[in-house]
Amino acid sequence: MAHLGPGKTASSKEQTGLRYPSNGKTIYHRPLNRTKTAELSQSSFAYLFSEMVTYAQRRVTGIQELEKRLNVQGHPIGLKLLDLLLMREPPRTQTRPLTIIALLHFIKINLWTHLFGRQADRLEKSSNPDTPDEYMIVDNEPVVNAYISVPREMSQLNCAAFVAGIIEGVCDGAMFPARVTAHSVGGKEEGEMWPGKTVFLVKFQPEILEREALLGKS
Amino acid sequence: MSYYFAVIGTQDNPLFEYEFGTSKQGGDGQSRFTEQAHHLNQFVLHSSLDIVEEVQWMNGQLYMKVIDKFFTNYISCFMTGGSVKFLLLHQPSATASGTASATRNSTSVGANPTSPQTEEAIKNFFSEVYENYVKAIMSPFYKVNMEIRSPVFRQRVAAAGRKYL
Repeated sequence: MAHLGPGKTASSKEQTGLRYPSNGKTIYHRPLNRTKTAELSQSSFAYLFSEMVTYAQRRVTGIQELEKRLNVQGHPIGLKLLDLLLMREPPRTQTRPLTIIALLHFIKINLWTHLFGRQADRLEKSSNPDTPDEYMIVDNEPVVNAYISVPREMSQLNCAAFVAGIIEGVCDGAMFPARVTAHSVGGKEEGEMWPGKTVFLVKFQPEILEREALLGKS
Repeated sequence: MSYYFAVIGTQDNPLFEYEFGTSKQGGDGQSRFTEQAHHLNQFVLHSSLDIVEEVQWMNGQLYMKVIDKFFTNYISCFMTGGSVKFLLLHQPSATASGTASATRNSTSVGANPTSPQTEEAIKNFFSEVYENYVKAIMSPFYKVNMEIRSPVFRQRVAAAGRKYL
């Protein structure tokens, strides 16, 4: 026990068992700031992700249910990433997103860069006056779909529902409750530039718009 | 100077609490709350949550400084990105010990709860707790609004308290 630091030894001696790591190192001893080079291999991610989709698929009957499951798998990741990414921001710009635009920018830039190494391709507001609560985040080529070919009879399915879940987690965590869904919009015509183009439709709850209007006035 | 620190979840549910005293100016790190104050502190702390809800939309800073005051209890707040609140109740020690010590203490951290030095000290304390909180939620077994039971987390909060307050 001599190699362990003084303060820690006292408590770790008393507590034994699987709960406590034998070398005394816990998640609290690991640094939060990873360098930019700490990237994961895409093939191992693709392998894991295909397993996740299969796992979800075995337990559902319909496409909607499958997307729902993928969404639920992503949700806690978003909740946690929000705090992790804020933590990594330099203190000067370390602010909670207070408006829809600030939040979507955070997702488009910080979240996307962290997850996929690049920004999302576009951010759009719904042009339909009936749905002012809808925003769209466009990704021309989602990384998660890179090795997924959807069978013809399931053409409705977009496995980026997982990413939609992550976005939803970020929105919910920042107190902007929303429903986020993934839709394929490419692949309709031959020779298209981005056949895998995916739109993440972010539909905020009505009270968020109300709050936004109130805050804007004051 | 005595402190009561609590982490409050998004549903206004307590996740963690810790009570300590100052370690500066020869303090022994023990809190000096009276017997009833232990229970009162929880009320005072939670009642300030209403004010947090008002203040949180004013600006996006994580650290909100002193937001509430109840007699000699001052409440400082820090809000994480995930809307989890860190609340610190600080109570300057009673000045009954005589004017001599009161004047000596007036320059120390905590004697004047709204002075820039105190604000800075509390900010540093919160930042360190935030770092450890983010580490706590990074655990894949941690779900939002779960109580934080890790003894290591408690040690880390205690260390931050000793270091800055």
